[in-house]
Amino acid sequence: MALGLYSYWVVIVLMMAGFYIVIASSNLIKKIAGLNIFQGSVFIFYISLGKVEDGTAPILASGYESYSNPLPHVLILTAIVVGVATTALAVALVARIHDAYGTIEEDDIHGQDESL
Amino acid sequence: MTPAMTILFAVFGPLVAVPLIALADRSPNLREAVTLVTATTLFLLVLSLLPLVSAGDRPAVALWELMPGLALAFEVEPLGMLFSLVAAGLWLPTAVYAIGYMRGHHEEHQTRFFACFPIALAAAMGIAFAANMFTLFIFYELLTLATYPLVAHHQDEAAKRGARVYFATLIGTSIGLQLLAIVWTWQATGTLDFREGGILAGHIGSGAAAVLLALYMFGIGKAALMPFHRWLPSAMVAPTPVSALLHAVAVVKAGVFTVLKVVVYVFGLDFLQETSASDWLLFVASFTLISASLIALTRNNLKARLAYSTISQLAYIVLGAALATGLGVVGGGLHIVMHAFGKITLFFCAGAILVAAHKTDVDQLNGLGRRMPITMLAFLLAAISVIGLPPGGGAWSKFLLAAGTVQADYPWLMAVYMLSSLLNIAYLLPIPGRAFFLPPPADAPRGLQEAPLACLIPLVFTALGSIALFFAAEPIAELLMPITTAGVTP
Amino acid sequence: MIAANLPALQVVLPLIAAPLCLLLRREWAAWTLATAVSWMCLAIAVLLLDQALHVGPIRYFMGGWAPPWGIEYRIDALNGFVLLLLCAIAAVTLPYARRSVLEEIGRERAYLFYTVLLLCFTGLLGITATGDAFNLFVFLEISSLSSYILISMGRDRRALTASYQYLIMGTIGGTFVLIGVGYLYAATGTLNMLDLADRLAAISDSRTVRTGYAFILVGLSLKLALFPLHLWLPNAYTYAPSAVTVFLAATSTKVAVYAMLRFAFTVFDVSHAFGDIGLSRILLLLAAAGIVFASITAIVQSDVKRSFAYSSVAQVGYMILGIGLLNLPGLTGGIAHLFNHALAKGAIFMALGCIALRLRSVQLQDMAGIGWQMPWTMGALVIGGLSLIGVPLTAGFISKWYLLLGALEQEQWLLALLILGGSLLAVIYVWRVIEAAYLQPAPARQAPVQEAPLGMLVPTWLLALANLYFGVHTEVTVGVASQAARLLLGAAS
Repeated sequence: MALGLYSYWVVIVLMMAGFYIVIASSNLIKKIAGLNIFQGSVFIFYISLGKVEDGTAPILASGYESYSNPLPHVLILTAIVVGVATTALAVALVARIHDAYGTIEEDDIHGQDESL
Repeated sequence: MTPAMTILFAVFGPLVAVPLIALADRSPNLREAVTLVTATTLFLLVLSLLPLVSAGDRPAVALWELMPGLALAFEVEPLGMLFSLVAAGLWLPTAVYAIGYMRGHHEEHQTRFFACFPIALAAAMGIAFAANMFTLFIFYELLTLATYPLVAHHQDEAAKRGARVYFATLIGTSIGLQLLAIVWTWQATGTLDFREGGILAGHIGSGAAAVLLALYMFGIGKAALMPFHRWLPSAMVAPTPVSALLHAVAVVKAGVFTVLKVVVYVFGLDFLQETSASDWLLFVASFTLISASLIALTRNNLKARLAYSTISQLAYIVLGAALATGLGVVGGGLHIVMHAFGKITLFFCAGAILVAAHKTDVDQLNGLGRRMPITMLAFLLAAISVIGLPPGGGAWSKFLLAAGTVQADYPWLMAVYMLSSLLNIAYLLPIPGRAFFLPPPADAPRGLQEAPLACLIPLVFTALGSIALFFAAEPIAELLMPITTAGVTP
Repeated sequence: MIAANLPALQVVLPLIAAPLCLLLRREWAAWTLATAVSWMCLAIAVLLLDQALHVGPIRYFMGGWAPPWGIEYRIDALNGFVLLLLCAIAAVTLPYARRSVLEEIGRERAYLFYTVLLLCFTGLLGITATGDAFNLFVFLEISSLSSYILISMGRDRRALTASYQYLIMGTIGGTFVLIGVGYLYAATGTLNMLDLADRLAAISDSRTVRTGYAFILVGLSLKLALFPLHLWLPNAYTYAPSAVTVFLAATSTKVAVYAMLRFAFTVFDVSHAFGDIGLSRILLLLAAAGIVFASITAIVQSDVKRSFAYSSVAQVGYMILGIGLLNLPGLTGGIAHLFNHALAKGAIFMALGCIALRLRSVQLQDMAGIGWQMPWTMGALVIGGLSLIGVPLTAGFISKWYLLLGALEQEQWLLALLILGGSLLAVIYVWRVIEAAYLQPAPARQAPVQEAPLGMLVPTWLLALANLYFGVHTEVTVGVASQAARLLLGAAS
């Protein structure tokens, strides 16, 4: 029973893993990677929400009775776009942080700022 | 002009003087003329309300509602009439005195100094005429804000410290305690209007009433009830005219005036008597009264001594209110007037001594009576009034307060009053005593050396006033009588 | 035609103007366009609020698609009020921003600034106007992404790290909201807020709904900087360009508070949400802790901008306190404080921006004697500060009065003392600045410090005077806030 909804387990594992990387990593790029994994888990969560067992893609065609729900998939397309934009912005910021500080390690940055 | 217009002019009119004073920055004579004209006009406006109020009228005007049910409104009743007369009436001599003092002492930032005065007076008028606790609170806070620059006038380290204590205590108590009391009152009764007989009766129990009264009494920091009295000596860093008008008249009297208003119109004397909610206040006020007098004895700085004397005299009035009897309240109201005249004279003298002889401490005053006979004589007359000896006006108010203790069945409090009066003698009379009877130091210059005339005239005027009040006490007491249910005559 | 489409225009206008700014490239053209758009938005907001108050809630179906399939915009007293606040702040910030942006960002990049600012404005308006839960998430991300960019434009390199930190925390908060919305959708099959409210009433006890609720509230708490999720805010406000600090401080946390109100009261059944889970106690506790800790932290800062940033965290505590009190006066106070605090903080940060322009520093020790050199700027700061403290006749007094009344009605004496205690702490951190500015002697400088340019002073004083106006005339603020509060509580019963 509990394994029947295995996609949710995948979501939970990915979410926790991503979250952990965001919190524990001190490298700014790795944080972004963690953030991506974290967001990706939510995307999978939404996609699996829409799946109907034995359902097919929601295109009207003869011989198919059961369709998956397209709405969550459409929604998550938007969220993916947002995620891509966030990543792009974050990477750009890290590039500028590297220009300004010469490092992308959080500890080094804090060390430099305190000496300012 | 209708009475309503008069009230509005009295409260908001002085504010018109502020930009004029600021504009006249370059020409001090014009600037001071604006102050004098405003002060005179204000006094006449307030005076024109007196016949109405003594005839039993209660001229009123309501502006708009700030929040539903909470209007900015004014109503002139006898207590407020009296306070406004005192504050407006003493502004004129103070203004004259301030001109002499500020020029004689070569103070800086005189324009700012003179510009803040009308705001403070407007706030005092607002307090005096407030028709509800909400309006009173607004002007109470405005008064604190307007006087802060006056206290911090010298902008040095001492002024900064003094102003900080002043502001922190007054804002702290008013926001931390008084506002809570006001919201509580509003929540319990649904009104904040000052009504004869009070508004709280039937809305809260006796225990809660005692707590609420405590929030009010300590929240009215301007009444300088211990332990919130430290601001008064701290505020003495201000120039002397400020100490004189604000810290002997407008600010501190606004405090005790608010105390009387709360006791009479929010709680109601009957309600207080029934619930005994004010019993604890008797002890706090008595303690303040005696210990402030004792501290005054130990202060060598003249202004500090006068400051502690003020704390003690304010406690007289608070004690009168705590008695919750007609005599106590009328005595308290009367003492507002008597003490105002007496104390302002004492401060004027202290300032005159500073300007003419550059002395600030009591033990420097030996033999000064020969150089400044008029000033020291005025000091003596005012001291007599503050102590409560005939023929000083203070004799009547202290007599009524003492009679109030009997009426309230607390004869032991009479002993407190008497003891304190003895202490008053001990800390006030040695000052003119030293000046007249002790020999001056060897290096003192000879001959008359009085302060400038602009300083001298006001202090003679107020000194004579505090004696004249001895003979004018009866009409004042009669004016106040309607606010209490028990009739009294001195 | 136009009148019927006002709710859409409110959001679409700045959205279209943003890429136009990018195409215009000229600093003056971009600024003119942005300012004109903000003023038009203000006019629209006034019309919308008027209609919402007098005719009733406005429903607008995007593209003519009826809910629950299409996206609905729904304007009632509450979000009409917030829209008005947003547009008013934008309309005064943009004229103010010009000089400040030229100085801090430079003429070449100024058009980019206006583009991003308009996008941020769009996002905030969208969050407020929409009646669709997923749409709210999208606008939340639009406003967040653009505010990360705005913050990173600060002169100090620490602006970059502040922006990065905010990006990480903001994205986590946004994703939490997304998860929560997903849970609600899974449980009900709809995203329209009114529809959600209908269907959730029956199944509000299910674990799915509760989990979704928790995710949404935590996510929004991050965005509105509820203590202890406020860590991104102080740095972001401190190092952002002056105009950005003004705009964000006065709008972005307020909008998040609005979203919280919307979810807590309209979408969820209030008696369930607050009664069973005990949310109200949690909110009150966090709000109280925020007021105390953030105010004390504000007192010890040597950077004045940072000090007022911490003060913002404390003031958010007041708004949340109003929500947690769950009664009419408390909620009225909370909503009114949302408005009044925006005015006070807007005026303060504008004045600080003027000082930053002239002094190139907002450190407390550098501001010694500035009150005599920049009298108008400091005058506005004093008024804003008094309003922050809650002195009578300023806007801040009104909202604190209602909060106090709400606390007393619940017989929460400790909270009442806390509200007042918070004001007293505000006295300390405001008076520190006033004392330094007026009572400290100014240090010797090569050149005397000039008063700020008129273009910045006028908007600053507009906000300062608004603090006084709304402290005296409360029909609008208290009237609308109490109507909104009644709506929220009524929707619950």
